[in-house]
Amino acid sequence: MQPPTNTPPRIGVFICHCGSNIAGHVDVAAVADYAQTLPGVVFVQRNMYTCSDGGLSQIKDAIVRHELNRVVVAACTPRTHEPLFRDACREAGLNPYLFEFVNIRDQCSWVHMHEPEAATAKAKDLVRMGVARAHLLQPLEEKEVPVEPVALIIGGGMIGMTAALNLARRGFQVKLVEREAELGGLLRHLDRLYPTQDEAQPLVEARIADVKSSPNIEVFTASTLHSLKGFVGNYEVVVQDREGRQSSFRAGAIIVATGAQPLTPTGLYNYDGKRVITQFELEGRFKQGPLAVQRVVMIQCVGARSAERPYCSRICCTTAIKNALEIRQANPTAEVYILYRDTETQGTRYEAYYTRAREAGIQFIRYNPQRPPRVTPDRVLVYDELLGATLGIPYDLVVLSTPLVAREGAHELAQMLKVPVDEYGFFLEAHVKLRPLDFATDGVYVAGTARWPAHLEETIAQAYGAAARAATILTKETVVSSGVVARVNEALCRGCGRCVEICPFGAPTLVEGASGLPVARVNAIMCKGCGACASVCPTGAMQACHFTDEQVTAMLRAALEAR
Amino acid sequence: MSFEPRIVVFACNWCSYAGADLAGVSRMQYPATTRVIRVMCSGRVTPGFILEAFRLGADGVLVTGCHPGDCHYMSGNQNAVVTVNKTARLLELLGLEKNRLRLEWVSAAEGAHFAHLMIEFTEQVRALGPSPLNNNSQPETQSLSCETTHDL
Repeated sequence: MQPPTNTPPRIGVFICHCGSNIAGHVDVAAVADYAQTLPGVVFVQRNMYTCSDGGLSQIKDAIVRHELNRVVVAACTPRTHEPLFRDACREAGLNPYLFEFVNIRDQCSWVHMHEPEAATAKAKDLVRMGVARAHLLQPLEEKEVPVEPVALIIGGGMIGMTAALNLARRGFQVKLVEREAELGGLLRHLDRLYPTQDEAQPLVEARIADVKSSPNIEVFTASTLHSLKGFVGNYEVVVQDREGRQSSFRAGAIIVATGAQPLTPTGLYNYDGKRVITQFELEGRFKQGPLAVQRVVMIQCVGARSAERPYCSRICCTTAIKNALEIRQANPTAEVYILYRDTETQGTRYEAYYTRAREAGIQFIRYNPQRPPRVTPDRVLVYDELLGATLGIPYDLVVLSTPLVAREGAHELAQMLKVPVDEYGFFLEAHVKLRPLDFATDGVYVAGTARWPAHLEETIAQAYGAAARAATILTKETVVSSGVVARVNEALCRGCGRCVEICPFGAPTLVEGASGLPVARVNAIMCKGCGACASVCPTGAMQACHFTDEQVTAMLRAALEAR
Repeated sequence: MSFEPRIVVFACNWCSYAGADLAGVSRMQYPATTRVIRVMCSGRVTPGFILEAFRLGADGVLVTGCHPGDCHYMSGNQNAVVTVNKTARLLELLGLEKNRLRLEWVSAAEGAHFAHLMIEFTEQVRALGPSPLNNNSQPETQSLSCETTHDL
């Protein structure tokens, strides 16, 4: 059923309304009428949702009924939906690389919402460009490679350990790498957990004991990732400890669970680590024994929700409430003041927790960031928004609620894994809603506060989620490598080796060609398809499949054609 | 003179294309003057692609890629710097203003930056006026074909 590549293109174009997301701003009927006029297009259909089961069956039916050998879908974005449509093509017997995605939602209807005519004209242009490229698409071959059923988990805190145990209990080998000398992460330094006021230590120690007794988990403490090569299913990992001893192993999937660290508020509110400390340091004092303090002032949003760090760290309000209650528990006559901007205690349990703190007599005083509190040697001065007056609160201890910030070294790790971080250094998932635990890179997943600050029950749920995502790779016997790789036309290659020089992955090498002269050859498994080699090839011998010179040039021509 | 420029944007699959999507997800509005061509890496863009775009009458070309150090392919964006710089010099030789061509970094998290770039580059190109090669018809005879202009 695979059409030979030299048969004339028979292109089907499917245009998605995406409810009103596209159709509300683009005249979809006009785009469909226009598509009908484009050369090679033999079938055009509009769908309310092309990605629905109905839409996908219509694509498959049309491929068979109209003998389509190219499929173009104009819809949302290839980043989320290309795999789905490629699968539909594959199921109907069409090579999935004969599919072309045209982005008329994220990059058209949604960004030109007040200019329907311009948006419609642009959508027509984009469809014309997609159809032009579709003419030149070639079927590509995907390679199957075996999967190493081993997970690498970076970070041996609660989240890394939870994911490790989950995978180990499914029968996979797990390599757990922890930078510190001991497992347990941030939780090891905490006293109690909200909203139950349970002690953190027994929980962490139980998890550490489970990890250590699991025959499937190998723990590397005081160790970091030294180097990483390979691809989904087949990573070659080198881990190095502080003495420089290296261990090498292979892994099929990777979970990043490196967590976050509390900000040290140097220079803020007279922070000195003695009478003005952080919530994190307060946890350490609790662990040393009952705290002899009568008056405690906590200041929220220290170094957070500011120009430099605009995000909310999510955990600080509940942490302050927990620690305030803990102070009152030890000393029922202690006065605790929480100076806040907005109290974020969402959900059924946390709102009740907040109420409990108020009922227990914790004083909440709202401050305005324009007039922040001042910490003087004997009292904290705060302008109370509600009273309209400045209060002076004598204190024994000031506790600053500082945000979680990205771990030192997160950026270097991200570069090694070739995954992105956001502007604050937190790891950036493939899609905030649809793929919250995946990276765009196959086989690499993220869980916990490495992604952003979150409550423990949320991050533990992420740990289970990331383990399940990793298991989707590890349970497979093989993974299929992309067909988007470079290919050499040996007849044109003069063996100059520029492709070998420019490739960061060592995919092309020079070998002896049929004529006895050196020619380049590409290892398709090692090739990542970036096309750098094709860009520097002086003879056009190197082809970046799926992004060939001809395909890109055809799109340019279509884009700039006189309208 | 005010006119609607025709601008080609090359966007790398991993950072800038995702940033362009994020601009949409965030409903940021920008002029409909740009047409994005997705490539796997900004390092895939050749002088030939850029010159071909101008030959066909583009008023501006914007190449976007991952920030330095963030390239999904490690060093592809460094190759893009070389390509864009040398192509800009060629544009001058051809009598085109070199600031019709720009290279910018847009990460997957920078939807606002992408939208802002579309607005700002449109204004920049609009201020330059239509490209001398933009006669809204396709020249038949010039031969800046991408197959022959790789090794500049």
